Amino acid sequence: MFGFLNNNKIRFVLFQVLAVLIVAYVAYYAISNLNYNIERLGIRSGFDFLEVRAGFDITEHLIAYTVDSSNLGAFYVGLVNTIVVSVIGIIFASILGFIIGIARLSSNYLISKLAETYVEIFRNIPILLQIFFWYNLMLISLPSPRNSFDFFDKVFFNLRGIYLPKPIFESEFSWVVIAFFLGASLSFFSKRFFSKKHDKTGTKQRTWHYHLLSLLGLPLGVYLLLGAPLHFDYPSLQGFNFEGGLSFSPEFLALVLALSIYTATYISEAIRAGIESVDNGQKEAGLAMGLTQTQTLKFVLLPQALRVAIPPIINQYLNLTKNSSLAAAIGYADLVGVFSGTVLNQVGQAIEIILMTMAVYLTLSLLISLGLNFVNHKMRIKGLNE
Amino acid sequence: MSIFTLKQSKPAPKAKTGILGWVIRNLFSSKTNTVLSLLALYLLYVILPPLLDWMIFSADFSAKTNAECTQEAACWSYIGEKMGLFMYGLYPLEAHWRPNLLLTITLLFALVVRFSYLFKDFKYKVILSLFVVYPLIAFFLLYGNDFLGIKIIETNKWGGLMLTIVVASVGIVASFPIGILLALGRQSKMKTIQFLSIAYIELIRGIPLITILFMVAVMLPLFFTEGIEFDKLLRALIGITAFQTAYIAEVIRGGLQAVPKGQHEAADASGLSFTQKMVFIILPQALKISIPNIVGSFIALFKDTTLVLIIGIFDMLAIAGLATSDTDWLGRKTEGLVFVAMVIWVLLYLMSRYSKTLEKRFNTEH
Repeated sequence: MFGFLNNNKIRFVLFQVLAVLIVAYVAYYAISNLNYNIERLGIRSGFDFLEVRAGFDITEHLIAYTVDSSNLGAFYVGLVNTIVVSVIGIIFASILGFIIGIARLSSNYLISKLAETYVEIFRNIPILLQIFFWYNLMLISLPSPRNSFDFFDKVFFNLRGIYLPKPIFESEFSWVVIAFFLGASLSFFSKRFFSKKHDKTGTKQRTWHYHLLSLLGLPLGVYLLLGAPLHFDYPSLQGFNFEGGLSFSPEFLALVLALSIYTATYISEAIRAGIESVDNGQKEAGLAMGLTQTQTLKFVLLPQALRVAIPPIINQYLNLTKNSSLAAAIGYADLVGVFSGTVLNQVGQAIEIILMTMAVYLTLSLLISLGLNFVNHKMRIKGLNE
Repeated sequence: MSIFTLKQSKPAPKAKTGILGWVIRNLFSSKTNTVLSLLALYLLYVILPPLLDWMIFSADFSAKTNAECTQEAACWSYIGEKMGLFMYGLYPLEAHWRPNLLLTITLLFALVVRFSYLFKDFKYKVILSLFVVYPLIAFFLLYGNDFLGIKIIETNKWGGLMLTIVVASVGIVASFPIGILLALGRQSKMKTIQFLSIAYIELIRGIPLITILFMVAVMLPLFFTEGIEFDKLLRALIGITAFQTAYIAEVIRGGLQAVPKGQHEAADASGLSFTQKMVFIILPQALKISIPNIVGSFIALFKDTTLVLIIGIFDMLAIAGLATSDTDWLGRKTEGLVFVAMVIWVLLYLMSRYSKTLEKRFNTEH
């Protein structure tokens, strides 16, 4: 009677229909209960709350925000803070990870052991604990604003955070930016010109001074010609606290510190694996061809090592971005802290708010994955699988 | 005519042998190396003495109260005082024997499984029955059962290292079967099933655990009919399992892909059905290959478990914060955090070592 079940085609259809039915039923069950419960508990729904006045202040905002801004404004502040903390964390984690990864392969015993110890220690401690630890350390060991660490009277570091001179651009400064882009494209085209020349004639020219001139000289020249249209707003002690300048809170610093230290361990492992994946014969062959040490590294070893190392590194960037959501635990105003925290507590519309937060992280993940695919495509071995 | 006599060979120069030789070869072989070594030594000099001083030499191990304890260095007697809190949370003192007994039983079971080759004939029966009995014992011991006369202890009393281990273990065990199904689904030729599996896996992997925890903490009851109540710990477990499932699925998919195609073809040629092929041929090999990565994924889960404190569950890290609210021991948060870090570090380090040995043992490549 059930013999028809042995037919592969029928089974295919049957199982798929069954799977869809189960998922549809679960979704129906959840959503109908959701609707019922929302009505029963009198929870408001819809996205109207985004227009409502937020009514709370956020100390760290890089875009305009006041108590009177809307909840949507708070959302944007959180989003910008999340992106800022991720980008800065990624930069520091990459630098640190690269150094540690190279150090682990050093022939110097002390250096490689130090790097290994670093990786073993910080990789096996939960990131949230590290965030708490650095934050706690900052709170107990940093001085009050009056006794802050002071670098040349321009940069101050104390319990309230770090205070840097804030650059103030005058309108003429846009010319400097234009000059910079002009210089960059000049440098790009000259590089192509010289590499074509090298391909054709085989003569190699030193070109770094051209690049230096067009990248730095041109903008600098324009800057000086226009009469230095840039000045700094220096922080200064006013009463109990510093005013002016560009400031970063201890929460931000602890978060960036913990995220970069933690992620750097994974990045260093990826770098190490990448370099170790290149066969030793490649190096010997490069040297035998008459390339110098630097040339071998630059043209033979690194391109192959990076092909292996970059995908896991980009994955770590994604992890860092997701881990930045732990900011909420020490009260840094990131997306989760501001939006899924404060706004959620005030408005109480959990569904909309959490879905929006998830959507943001999904979008960020997708963007980073797209970047990864692009890099993979760029770095694939040409001629293979084509 | 001179007669050749063998000259006594000279000993190698001092700078090439012994400790000195090693130091010169490894640390001062070139200018760059010397600079690097000095840099490393300087780093050690900056970091180690103050750290050791704080942790050991100036630290206080015996003071009874906070006032007696030194202010300049660590006060480890605080940890001793709060040890119960760190290990069991608010779990009542008179019931501490229950998690302890469970730990002993767990170790015994581990021994039985380890030496199961001694009773080969009914090895699988024993192991399987352990897998059925063990969760029941664990639940009755930790939570309690009126019928058996074990006093019920509500989960809001659970905490500390005990809770961390419970959450991580339940997370990994519960996510395992669903993870296998999702991994198979992702490999399936049935497009809708494949799509659903991929959608779930990628959706979960794209969002941070903290948003999932927020979701289960706030929204979960709304999805069920009125009257179904969820314990706070149960909510966290559901969230963690939903999260971990996606990662386990990816790990197992890696194992499935590593099984040679010939195995599939051989199974098909032998006339096995899909289920038989998977259960007896493919999955055993795939799971064996993925065991080191599963341990790795367990390590990651163990670290992620600390996040449950955000929804108000007192895992070990939360205890480090909670314990400082005792007015008798103000300002000892650093000690708590360092202690928790050390405990978790040791556990994870042992696990990662274990996964490395497994990797070696399972490496059948030649």
